Amino acid sequence: MAAEESYPDNLRYHAEHDWARIEGDTATLGITWYAQDALGELVHFEPPEEGSSVAKDESYGEVESVKAVSEVIAPLSGEVVGINAKAVDEPETINADPYEEGWLVRIRLSSPDEVDELLDSEAYRKLLEEQ
Amino acid sequence: MSYLSLTDADREAMLAAVGVASVDELFRDIPEGVRFRRELDLEPALSEPELVAHLSELAARNVDAGKELSFLGAGIYDHYVPAVVDAVLSRGEFLTAYTPYQPEMSQGVLQAIFEYQTVICELTGMDVSNASGYDGTTVAADACFVAKHATGRERVVLCETLNPQVRQVVKTYAPGFGLEVVEVPHHGGVTDPDELREASADAACVIFQQPNFFGCLEPVPDLAAAANDAGALPVAHADLASLGVLEAPGAYGCALAIGEGQSAGNYQAYGGPHYGFIAARSDFIRRMPGRIVGETTDLRGERGYVLTLQTREQHIRREKATSNITTNQTLLALAGLVHLSWLGPQGLRELGETCMALGEYAKDRLGLPLVFPEQTTFKEFAVRVGRSAKEVVREARAGGVHPGYALGRDYAGLDDALLVAVTEKRTPAEIDRLADVLGEVTR
Amino acid sequence: MKLIFEKSKPGRRAGSLPRYELPKADVPEELRRRTPPRLPEISEPDLVRHFTALADRNFGVDTGFYPLGSCTMKHNPRVNERVVSLPGFRDLHPYQEEEASQGALELMWRLQEILAEVCGLHAVSLQPAAGSQGELTGLMLMRVYFADRGEADQRRVVMTADTAHGTNPASVAMAGFELQKVGTDDRGNLDLADLRAKVDERTAGLMLTNPSTLGLFDEHIEEVSAIFHDAGALLYYDGANLNAVCGISRPGDMGFDIVHINLHKTFSQPHGGGGPGGGPIAVRDVLEPFLPVPAIVRESDAFRLDYDRPQTIGKVRGFCGPFGVFVRSYAFIRSYGPGLREMSEAAVLNANYLLARLKDVYDLPFDRLCMHEFVLSARNLKRVHGITALDVAKRLMDYGVHPPTIYFPLIVPEALMIEPTETEAKETLDAFVDALRAIAAEAASAPAIIRDAPHRRPVRRLDEVKAAKRAVVKYGFEQHPDLGQAPAEGKAVEVQKGA
Repeated sequence: MAAEESYPDNLRYHAEHDWARIEGDTATLGITWYAQDALGELVHFEPPEEGSSVAKDESYGEVESVKAVSEVIAPLSGEVVGINAKAVDEPETINADPYEEGWLVRIRLSSPDEVDELLDSEAYRKLLEEQ
Repeated sequence: MSYLSLTDADREAMLAAVGVASVDELFRDIPEGVRFRRELDLEPALSEPELVAHLSELAARNVDAGKELSFLGAGIYDHYVPAVVDAVLSRGEFLTAYTPYQPEMSQGVLQAIFEYQTVICELTGMDVSNASGYDGTTVAADACFVAKHATGRERVVLCETLNPQVRQVVKTYAPGFGLEVVEVPHHGGVTDPDELREASADAACVIFQQPNFFGCLEPVPDLAAAANDAGALPVAHADLASLGVLEAPGAYGCALAIGEGQSAGNYQAYGGPHYGFIAARSDFIRRMPGRIVGETTDLRGERGYVLTLQTREQHIRREKATSNITTNQTLLALAGLVHLSWLGPQGLRELGETCMALGEYAKDRLGLPLVFPEQTTFKEFAVRVGRSAKEVVREARAGGVHPGYALGRDYAGLDDALLVAVTEKRTPAEIDRLADVLGEVTR
Repeated sequence: MKLIFEKSKPGRRAGSLPRYELPKADVPEELRRRTPPRLPEISEPDLVRHFTALADRNFGVDTGFYPLGSCTMKHNPRVNERVVSLPGFRDLHPYQEEEASQGALELMWRLQEILAEVCGLHAVSLQPAAGSQGELTGLMLMRVYFADRGEADQRRVVMTADTAHGTNPASVAMAGFELQKVGTDDRGNLDLADLRAKVDERTAGLMLTNPSTLGLFDEHIEEVSAIFHDAGALLYYDGANLNAVCGISRPGDMGFDIVHINLHKTFSQPHGGGGPGGGPIAVRDVLEPFLPVPAIVRESDAFRLDYDRPQTIGKVRGFCGPFGVFVRSYAFIRSYGPGLREMSEAAVLNANYLLARLKDVYDLPFDRLCMHEFVLSARNLKRVHGITALDVAKRLMDYGVHPPTIYFPLIVPEALMIEPTETEAKETLDAFVDALRAIAAEAASAPAIIRDAPHRRPVRRLDEVKAAKRAVVKYGFEQHPDLGQAPAEGKAVEVQKGA
């Protein structure tokens, strides 16, 4: 049901198991394979409101499986310009394809310098090994 | 007397398996400074016959409804509990089971709760009910918590005609919840919708009771509209016994319906245990406190039931839970389900009609001035007795009848008012007797 | 199995009520019920069969071994059911005059005295309806205690152990405090260094259960107590694990200031499929003025309700609390007397016996003697055979026992929390050991049978994901049009003329 374990090179990662895909002055955000695997099959995604601000290192929403609930931590700060309706309506998409179909929100970056503080895929894999 | 199976031989074998010489050694990790070395200062153990004799002696010193004709209500009522309720509750598989966290072991309880949830939704006109709350007071606090999180507002409005204990419990919970509590006074035994609308500006919810504490029927569609106009959630505190003749809260604009379930299926039992119910429109499902049972299928596709949306609850969401409630009142709610199933829709309607008809008969026979003559009442009504109602109660009891609740305890200006409850268990002959006794005492 | 609504037929009815030839009293039109509720329409024989069938699909302590950790699933004595049904208790209205309720008041007063003695504290309120409510009440007491001392704004933080039951942090939030967690060391005690670093003048108190949810007695409890009291804070005892220490160590002597007791755990109130329970609280004398109203007091030979408590926090539940629960717990305690100590000794012996026989088969995170419960881990089974604690639990059902608590406490992966209680015979414990050993062997030889378990229950493994994704929380009448119709007018029942 879930994808094979992977941490694509074109993404940046946050220690709380979230990823960001930088696209100019916007970024698409989501949770990593490790996170969806730890939670189990997701049954609910509680998104933020469009137009609201998210702050780096702070929660912008929640994902729930049957037995667990987890805050989703923003790797970067910005304004919410898009929410993935598919993730809301069919949360299992996040398990099946956490980096493409299972993206969560899109933000307009307010502090692009924050990107430098994120981990690349190699550094994130290393962090997982040490867990 | 004890319930242990342990023999000396068992003890020896088990200590050997553990590898300690004595039972006392099992407690070696307890620091001596906190070790309790004397015997507990408790009375000696009683054998079963002695235990029954002792408890019987205590029970005999209580004047219960079998010993004294009583018209006491005020939130707890002498309704008829059918024999099937006792029969079902005595099944050990219900009585001695735990909360159904392992659903394959507990389909009986889970399905029963699902049926209970359905019945509560039907009666209240709501989309979702939980598996029960502690009682009719704490579900009001729960409703305020739901409303605060749903609206972001911190004021809650309570009608003065809401049961005094319910209001007191909400006020006890309010500081911890960060709530401001406002009360709206009654006029002539009911609440004025315009006054309610004004008080509800910036309120998270409004709680009114139907029938109210005086037994009067409130103008509930207008009260709900007033709350909705102010952007506050209308919450009806309802009586299950009345919902065969009174409109369902969901049908007149309420967001939540709550109440004390005792009238359906429970004995009076000196105040408990009983059960509270809380039901809501579907938009509030994720904010509901307590257990909720949902339908699903098993590996073979057969229908089954499980606790669901558990991520709301304390064991998962911990400090962000919708409530800390864990153990609730399942067995008592099961009693409610059995009673309501025994009645059926026809029986519940008859129950309500009989309570009202007997109530009118009582008003007529008592011949005492009604405190709120303009209001229609259900199951209870208030009369003026011409002097201290507390003393009238005392004197009536000397004549063998408890005439009702002295309202002066909770409401100013009502020291001479008595709240008389007439359920389907009262007969016209019993009402005649009340009239005679009260007639003597209020002469 | 069909739902009761699927067995209903319009016009059927179980119950009968007296009818009188009296004028009908009308409900004003705008308040009147328009659509009858779709309650079951069923005869008494089918009603009884329905609930009998439901009971047959349920497993209670009466059915078999039920080793749920932290739940204390002990035998529920039948004599308690007999005495709680005595009309003098069962049919007593809570607003009956005090002089006519002396038996009830005396029972409650005596129960208070007993609980104070067992806990080593001074005053008791029986009012809270369950352990969680006891916790909330205790935290409310803390708040008013500090307000009374002018420290309300200062004392904002309550600490809980990281092994705490979820109710502890939930109660902290509901009481309006901030939560702070304390770690556990590798002996299973509170991490004292962590504690000392965190306790300061902002600390209102600690919520702790001792023994902990790991089933281990905190060896440094005296020091923990001193750290908090020296900082001017209070200690709250979660009584969920009291079954281990009655007559052996008292929470008041350990230094706790507020204790809640779970009557449905330690003192045999049946669990009822999810309640009722009772969560009375015992407190040190400095906190007595703040207890809920009314207080139950004794004046020479009479007992009464005292509402004159100017510093009370108020009321947390209707009336005096769940009275029927008090009757059962009182009866239970009176049947043991000071022998309550033997109850706890047997509970601890039974648990240690199981631990000794199982620790070579499953992982044991903390190698110490346990109290009344212990935690094992199925971590090795998961790593080697892909069998989880959940799988073990489901397979145990096929061996005729209720599974233990799983995935709690959170600090142990693949946790199995086992509490046998004192009322189990050695043979029952041996059979449980055999079942767990057999499952460990099956994990190696035939894991598929475990993954598909249970096989011998009325249903197979249930899909909890489906239930959460599309919540169906009541019967869908609309899908069954024949049952959705208005009920037929019942047959006229012969009317009694007056009386």
